[in-house]
Amino acid sequence: TVMAAPMTNDQSCFFALALGVSFLKCLLINAYHSTDFEVHRNWLALTHSLPVPQWYYEATSEWTLDYPPLFAWFEYGLSHIAWFFDKEMLVVQNLNYASPATILFQRLSVIVADVVFFYAVKECCKCLREDKGKDLLGKPSFILTVLLLWNFGLLIVDHIHFQYNGFLFGVLLLSIARHFQNRHFEGALLFSVLFNLKHIYLYIAPAYGIYLLRCFCFTQSNADGSLQWRSFSVVRLVTLGTIVLSTFAVSFGPFIALGQLPQVLSRLFPFKRGLCHAYWAPNIWALYNIADKAFSILGVKFKLLDINKLPKASMTGGLVQEFQHSVLPSVSPLATLVCTLLSILPALFRIWHRPNGARGFLRCLVICALGSFMFGWHVHEKAILMAILPLRCSSDVFCIITESTYLLGLIPLELICEFVYPLTVWQKTFPFLPLMLTSVYCALGVTYAFIRLYISLLTCSDNTKKIKTQ
Amino acid sequence: MENWSLISLCVLLGLTSRWAVSFHSYSGAGKPPIFGDYEAQRHWQEVTYNLPVHEWYFNNTNNDLNYWGLDYPPLTAYHSLVCAYVAKLLNPEWVELHASRGYESHSHKLFMRATVLFTDILIYIPAVLLYCFYFCDGSSKQKVATALCILLYPGLILIDYGHFQYNSVSLGLALWGTLGLGLGWDLFGCLAFTLTLNYKQMELYHSLPFFCYLLGKCIKQGLTGRGFFHLVKISMTVLVTFALCWMPFLSDPKQPLQVLHRLFPVGRGLFEDKVANTWCSLNVLIKIKTLLSRETQLFLSFALTLLFVLPSSLKLLSKPTLWQFKLALVNTSLAFFLFSFQVHEKSILLVAFMLPLLLKDGLLLPYVVTSLAFLFLSLYLLSALERSTEEELRLGLYRKHTQHWLPKLNLMLSLCLLQFWFSLVAMAALSFTSVWLKPPAKLPDLFPVLVSVLSFLHFLGFIIYFNQVQLMEPQRKKSLKKTN
Repeated sequence: TVMAAPMTNDQSCFFALALGVSFLKCLLINAYHSTDFEVHRNWLALTHSLPVPQWYYEATSEWTLDYPPLFAWFEYGLSHIAWFFDKEMLVVQNLNYASPATILFQRLSVIVADVVFFYAVKECCKCLREDKGKDLLGKPSFILTVLLLWNFGLLIVDHIHFQYNGFLFGVLLLSIARHFQNRHFEGALLFSVLFNLKHIYLYIAPAYGIYLLRCFCFTQSNADGSLQWRSFSVVRLVTLGTIVLSTFAVSFGPFIALGQLPQVLSRLFPFKRGLCHAYWAPNIWALYNIADKAFSILGVKFKLLDINKLPKASMTGGLVQEFQHSVLPSVSPLATLVCTLLSILPALFRIWHRPNGARGFLRCLVICALGSFMFGWHVHEKAILMAILPLRCSSDVFCIITESTYLLGLIPLELICEFVYPLTVWQKTFPFLPLMLTSVYCALGVTYAFIRLYISLLTCSDNTKKIKTQ
Repeated sequence: MENWSLISLCVLLGLTSRWAVSFHSYSGAGKPPIFGDYEAQRHWQEVTYNLPVHEWYFNNTNNDLNYWGLDYPPLTAYHSLVCAYVAKLLNPEWVELHASRGYESHSHKLFMRATVLFTDILIYIPAVLLYCFYFCDGSSKQKVATALCILLYPGLILIDYGHFQYNSVSLGLALWGTLGLGLGWDLFGCLAFTLTLNYKQMELYHSLPFFCYLLGKCIKQGLTGRGFFHLVKISMTVLVTFALCWMPFLSDPKQPLQVLHRLFPVGRGLFEDKVANTWCSLNVLIKIKTLLSRETQLFLSFALTLLFVLPSSLKLLSKPTLWQFKLALVNTSLAFFLFSFQVHEKSILLVAFMLPLLLKDGLLLPYVVTSLAFLFLSLYLLSALERSTEEELRLGLYRKHTQHWLPKLNLMLSLCLLQFWFSLVAMAALSFTSVWLKPPAKLPDLFPVLVSVLSFLHFLGFIIYFNQVQLMEPQRKKSLKKTN
């Protein structure tokens, strides 16, 4: 007997996947939530209860508003709906207020906001090349849908830990999809909106800038792919500029008019926080820290260093603060900025010189995201999502992150961290050890992925016309 | 996509939904002094670990039978003992005699939920997968789809991972028994079924079909030749398994009697709470509980159960095929549920209509989500509506008998569809009203009663339909999915 009819229809399959994952999200409503839950509740409260000039000055709660103004407006809009669920959550003084109605509302808001993500994924699937006659479960669009909609990293961060990344990534993916569809104005608009929702996307702005300048403002390329200076279109550049500037005007305008811009910027870019977050993101600095620690231990052991002169260990203390390294030179924010720029320059240069259309743009975007993850200041491990999700779309480099041996290595790592370690004596003396081990192991993996991705970008051929199958 | 990947995905999805449901509340959470089934299971671990075997089923100072005394057969007790050993390793406070009464903590909840998941993975899920692959029709993708639907069945998930029970063990073992019979490994099937009988006495509901099927098979093979030896082997398997399970209780004749007394509390009355069976529903109109004496009640329920069980069992005896066996399972268990004595609503893990119970446990959200998901999934994946053609529903026979007063061919089909949608709407409406509306003061139990009466009518319909299907089966065989 033949498979039931609806399954061969892509639309209903997508709908089934979307509905299924939404059901799962509903079941997670009562699961653990982190302090980010309180963060967003606080922002709902302050945007609702306080007038606009006070939004970026309010400091009753430790979780001050540190997203750009457009996100504040988003929270303001949500707060009006929240009013019907539980008015008490909108009182700024109600710190850590978490009634069942509050939890329900906040969780539902994330689930509903994910509709943007669903739409964006649908648009991305349209951009994929389809092989006709392939079985449904083998189609690239099906696989991509599953990988994106059921992305467990995103599920855990958004629906357990609590954040709005699905919604934001939806906007990002939609912007990428629009570029693939040659609707560049929309893509640019979406990206400026995205940047005004969460400024962490500054990391990938260079990719956008270079790509749009090279492929859109210069309307034609020479036969060998190099730049044709005379095809520069001022109109396009000006339009793009207008779009971007007007978005910023809508978002930051009120605060510039109030003369609050420095305060807003200081909230958005808090550099006092230290090189690494409390839980080390698996980036270069995690490896740097480990090396520093290893050298200091060896140095003390071989009597090359005086133990009293070394700074006390607080980088591994699980706290968020500035810190000095013992052996290797300390790292300043400027140093990380320089490293990040250096890491992404070759990629930018590459797409300027030999653009590969939207595909090259996508790869460059991922490299920018990964580069800033690898070398950035005070990176959250959640930032890796920014690299992973667009990477999924770039199907022909996906295989990099599925190197089986490396992934299998995660199993013994987890076993050690969860089962062996708690029973050993080290638990008291080195409480940070399992987290550190996990970070370091993942850092190695991420570094490897970064290098391979770079090699792939720099050595790929310029065939935009050649059909690539998976 | 490879079969293995699909199967793994299904299993993982099933496990994820189970674990996601276990976040929520359990029976009797935070409700001293009696608590609920969760506390009962914890208490049995305490009792079996700390007391010697001959005291488990008896009332004494150390073992107060009024506080969740053991009322399942020995295998449950042994299972609790094993869990207790693990509990003792992790945190002795969980099974401290007397002191651990009403113990509730986050890590303990994690442990208890983990025990359910463990037995599920070990027993129930492999049985479901094997069943779908050996005994279902269709392409391998359809089999996987069926497996997914069965694994996501809300009733079992909600009761086991929400309310808290170990039904996956008993149902899983029963399924292994069915598998054994289907594959021709009768002795293995016997063994599995005897084990499940010794785990939960509720499985007696399924015992008659097993008995009739095997007896019928032996008779067919000739009672003077191979059949006889086969019968002997089967009986030996059953007896030996029983003996092994009950061994600690056989030293003293009082022991087995007391255990039986705990397992079958005939002192408790015709029914308790609101159950979707005949007696409870009848009670709405005629107060039989008070009108008739205890003996009359027992006799009546026995007689009616027998009446409804006899036709399908006899048919199975005369024609021991697998299809008949499956139908008989449905019919006899429905008959037992509807008519027997002291039935508990959880015996009806057939339909996810246990809303009042789940509401009491604070499980509304998982109930809504899993039921909707299951409904959507089964409609979508199995196109239940599309395939309910007249032939599939075996209504052809109906048509023969009723042709003269129901001329329209499609009427039956539309009636069935209409009834299906009506049931859905009724279920949704009752769910909604149970949660949001307050019942009138004179009828405080209005909604639970409505729920049980409605379910009862459904089950009555089912038992009539399935009996008709089984009894009037034509000579040619055409297997459908087991709808148990």
